[in-house]
Amino acid sequence: MSAGQSSAPTLRSGTDQSHAQTPIYTEFHPRWYRPQISTYWWLGKWAYVKFILRELTSVAVAWTVALLLLQILEVSRGGEHYARFENLMSSPWMIVLNIVAFAFLLMHSITWFNLAPKAMAVRVRGKRVPALMISGPQYVAWIVVSAIVFIIIASRV
Amino acid sequence: MVNKESEPIFWTLFSAGGVVAALFLPVQLFIFGIAIPLGWMHAPQYIAMRELLHSPITRLYLFVLCSLPLFHFAHRFRYTLYDGLQIKHLNEVVFACCYGIAIVGTLTAGYLLLTL
Repeated sequence: MSAGQSSAPTLRSGTDQSHAQTPIYTEFHPRWYRPQISTYWWLGKWAYVKFILRELTSVAVAWTVALLLLQILEVSRGGEHYARFENLMSSPWMIVLNIVAFAFLLMHSITWFNLAPKAMAVRVRGKRVPALMISGPQYVAWIVVSAIVFIIIASRV
Repeated sequence: MVNKESEPIFWTLFSAGGVVAALFLPVQLFIFGIAIPLGWMHAPQYIAMRELLHSPITRLYLFVLCSLPLFHFAHRFRYTLYDGLQIKHLNEVVFACCYGIAIVGTLTAGYLLLTL
């Protein structure tokens, strides 16, 4: 206590000197501390990479719709145009691109069906319905729908 | 553009498009993008494709198959850009581009399928 009081006069004389100078004013409000996050933050952890890959499945969705629109257009324009569309689809780079897009579409379907039980907490008589009871029927519907589309196209030879 | 009132609409379109994309798009791309080009499946004749496309049920199906997944894409890709690239200052441009694609795609599908 006594030591603090004895040092006080020297401190005060020191601050008095600094107050004599013109203080520096900042024009803007000082920014809150916000650490800069790298654009590649999601590369650090496999869970983050998976999240970004899952979100990027939407690009494959848009790509598939774009191809579908082109296909509808070429069918409507006539036989020669449709043959050109078939040639385009048979080019090696297109097949590679479509295999990659297909993998992303599968990822979208699987993550989407698995997400449903987490998004909807269905309760029957107070008990939570198991996840498989919600995602299971969606997988069955997926297989049935795919089989129907496949049969319709395959029967049109 | 996006506020508390309109967000549920965009989310519903995202969700509905996600279901349609999950159920119907993989088989579509598999048949026309992989199986037929690789010769695993016979390609349907042009006449058969034309006939199939002219049926009203096919047209309605294809319209839904084009439109809703594009709105799913718009919502999801918008947030991928927000989170991944952190381009907050471009939020409005990103929004306009993503939903622009969805609206143009939907109108194109509607026009093509109505004027076959």
